[in-house]
Amino acid sequence: MTFGSHIRARRERLRCDDPAFSVRQVAHRIGVEPAYLSKVERDQVAPPSEATIGRLAAELGEDADVMLALGGKVSEELRRIIMRRPQLFAQLLRELKALPDHAIAHIVREVRDGDW
Amino acid sequence: MISLENETLTLRFPDVHARAACEISFMRTLRIPDDNREYPLPPGLGQFPLRHVDDHADRLPAAWKTHGGVFLPMHQSEAMWISFYRAYPMALKVAAGKIDAVTGEAWSRELSADPQNYLVVPGQPWLDGFCVAKGTIRQFVAMPLGKGFTAEEQLTGKAEHGGLQIVAYPMKASVYKELFERVADVRFAKAEIEEGVVCDAAPVAEMGLAPGGLMRQNIYGDRYGIDAWDMSASSRCFVHLLNSAQYFAVTGSHAPTMPPTAKDYSDAGLPWFEHYGGDKAAVDGARKLAGLHSVAAKSWQQGAPLTGNEPAQPQVVKTVGGRRPVREGEAL
Repeated sequence: MTFGSHIRARRERLRCDDPAFSVRQVAHRIGVEPAYLSKVERDQVAPPSEATIGRLAAELGEDADVMLALGGKVSEELRRIIMRRPQLFAQLLRELKALPDHAIAHIVREVRDGDW
Repeated sequence: MISLENETLTLRFPDVHARAACEISFMRTLRIPDDNREYPLPPGLGQFPLRHVDDHADRLPAAWKTHGGVFLPMHQSEAMWISFYRAYPMALKVAAGKIDAVTGEAWSRELSADPQNYLVVPGQPWLDGFCVAKGTIRQFVAMPLGKGFTAEEQLTGKAEHGGLQIVAYPMKASVYKELFERVADVRFAKAEIEEGVVCDAAPVAEMGLAPGGLMRQNIYGDRYGIDAWDMSASSRCFVHLLNSAQYFAVTGSHAPTMPPTAKDYSDAGLPWFEHYGGDKAAVDGARKLAGLHSVAAKSWQQGAPLTGNEPAQPQVVKTVGGRRPVREGEAL
């Protein structure tokens, strides 16, 4: 699934329950022209900037990291983390690529600390 | 960072030191009689199951999702203890309903040397309850919030937080290297690090911890000094307490069974424990905590005396060093 088709499918599903998810209204809320968003959805232009993808993900209730990955991008935050120790992280990712999801989840799963 | 592995919270501070880790478990135990007599340490009856709040957030109170952390099931008026294993030296603050279990003061994240508001592990073998006097605690007992039993409600008049709160500060790497990594001290360091530490706590669903019976237990002073702790590195966790009946509805798993009474346990000739702490100094009890009404006293005031509170006569009391043996309750 492409970036454009994914967000279009997601937006259309939301629109079934709420007309506020029309192209025009979503575009307005994330700060782009409706025509531009329409082209993005049809994959006629490259995916938008990281900031716009972040706003779009929040609007559509999607995970920003997943949306960025679909758009072929890596967040600036992750880029900074990798660039600090590029060799180590490249090696780490290569070693992790064959692990099953549950094994990776075991590695990254933390007890989340919230607000209290 | 804190991870949940095999019903145990594992705290790690890899940025501080490669060995900077500590494991915390919450142990089932007897509720000692709440009759104003001092009892030795009750046994461990196995670990409470721990679950991520995030895995069951849709069936838990919204506030729990905000707090994050983990939850565990407890029966009403059940007790528990928390154990610390394989600890790199850490200063640990433990609160119940955001009431400091050592000082009785309102929760704060910061460490204080006077009065000392934290435990030092390894070295502090366990904490079974609220520190009400030097060498004496009142056992943590799980009671529903809103009934007036918990320390939180007795001290603040509100049933707001419940649960347990823990924050850990590791020893500064420079201090650790100086104390434990010099060649001459390797054997000593290994023995220190592998010593287990245990704390008692008690939880419930929208439940909190109330002061139960009296137990002989020292909260040891900080022999390293407050400057030994790395205040720039800390991890904290909110441990929610879920009523056992609700636990099944939330997780689909059964909570552990209710432990035997202290009388039945003693009458069976099974052992209680005393900790030999050597010449380590203990901190004073907290006046605020000493003034709390125990669960039995509150129950009597409310016209519903606490059941299963018959006096026990510990016949076998074993002295232990670092780790309290854990016995499986189902064997009784």
